[in-house]
Amino acid sequence: MAIEVRVPTILRSYTGGQKVVEGAGVTLSGLIDDLDAKHSGLKGRLITPEGGLHRFVNIYVNDEDVRFLGALDAKVSDGDSVTILPAVAGGALGFAAVAALYGG
Amino acid sequence: MARYESLLDAAGGTPLVGLPRLSPTVPDGAPPVRLWAKLEDRNPTGSIKDRAALFMVREAEEAGRLRPGDTILEPTSGNTGISLAMVAKLRGYRLVCVMPENVSAERVQILRMYGAEIIFSPAAGGSNQAVATAKQISAEHPDWVMLFQYGNPANARAHYETTGPELLRDLPTITHFVAGLGTTGTLMGTGRYLREKVDGVEIIAAEPRYGEVVYGLRNIDEGYVPELYDATVLNRRFSVGTRDAVLRTRQLVEVEGIFAGFSSGAILHAALAVAHEAVKAGRRADVAFVIADGGWKYLSTGAYGGTLSDAEDALEGQLWA
Repeated sequence: MAIEVRVPTILRSYTGGQKVVEGAGVTLSGLIDDLDAKHSGLKGRLITPEGGLHRFVNIYVNDEDVRFLGALDAKVSDGDSVTILPAVAGGALGFAAVAALYGG
Repeated sequence: MARYESLLDAAGGTPLVGLPRLSPTVPDGAPPVRLWAKLEDRNPTGSIKDRAALFMVREAEEAGRLRPGDTILEPTSGNTGISLAMVAKLRGYRLVCVMPENVSAERVQILRMYGAEIIFSPAAGGSNQAVATAKQISAEHPDWVMLFQYGNPANARAHYETTGPELLRDLPTITHFVAGLGTTGTLMGTGRYLREKVDGVEIIAAEPRYGEVVYGLRNIDEGYVPELYDATVLNRRFSVGTRDAVLRTRQLVEVEGIFAGFSSGAILHAALAVAHEAVKAGRRADVAFVIADGGWKYLSTGAYGGTLSDAEDALEGQLWA
């Protein structure tokens, strides 16, 4: 058994169009390294050059935000489901318009 | 006292009701684990957003940013737009809402009924077109006021001053507070208040995970985190998919008689997760969560009937929370 990772549309260019890929690791950081070895370039979209999780990327282990589980040190194990999503707020239209109006 | 001078004074003060049937059963002799729902659909326009709308307008009035007869510009068709339309009507402001022309008929009718003016952006252009339209309108009318709920501290303050104290008064034994994460105002305000007053209280966010279509358009480099958001107020954050949200929304009405919108189902899903963990750990828990609005505005989605898969299909591509 492996760890199942759900990839958002915007990042599927790195996974050959695959929506769900498999990986292995003990921590999220290890899992991302493993994924990057199979899908080169993915890590660079998730982790900043400084080594932190990208501000506008949310990663969930079994539906829980990893930032509250130790971030890149969050523990993962076989059978877990990991979901990667771009950060959007509720009422996405409202925020997009507001961000644009306020110099976004 | 349930008498008020005007509808605006009747905002807040919502009931907190126990959910004896949805609360998990605990083994004999184990401490109780109870779920409590804060019925925010009992606000004047039927959603929790009345609290924030009222506080944001009052704050702008006190700061001199809003004067009688002014125009408020709000680029949303959601509950905040409806709350602002009611407050604007009663306080003597004009409200202009910008939205794509493909929003549901109910939204348009409710906003118009409250006297809001609507400027449509072409559906074909999606959110990009709506943004462009809103930008153009704002440039043409620099005197129009935007309250900017995602960054307006009065949004969170509404909950610090009302929702939080109400919860503590009605449930002094509260151990967990669970609410939806959108502008983050409810969680930031209520969360800060409860953390100051209740040792060890846990503040838990339930965030909607929409269908793929919604994220398909999002570029990771152009994401957005509301200015109000402060992660240190939260203990945990759950992402709840459409299927789980619909399942829980149906359970709310079928088991406890509460007819709520889908965001409340998502919140219940996270509340149940922490409640079941407390049972496993043999800990006492009083888990309070938010019913953000009623189900009326979502009936036309068809997602209250049929199979879960049908409902999931019906909500695909929609911002259901």
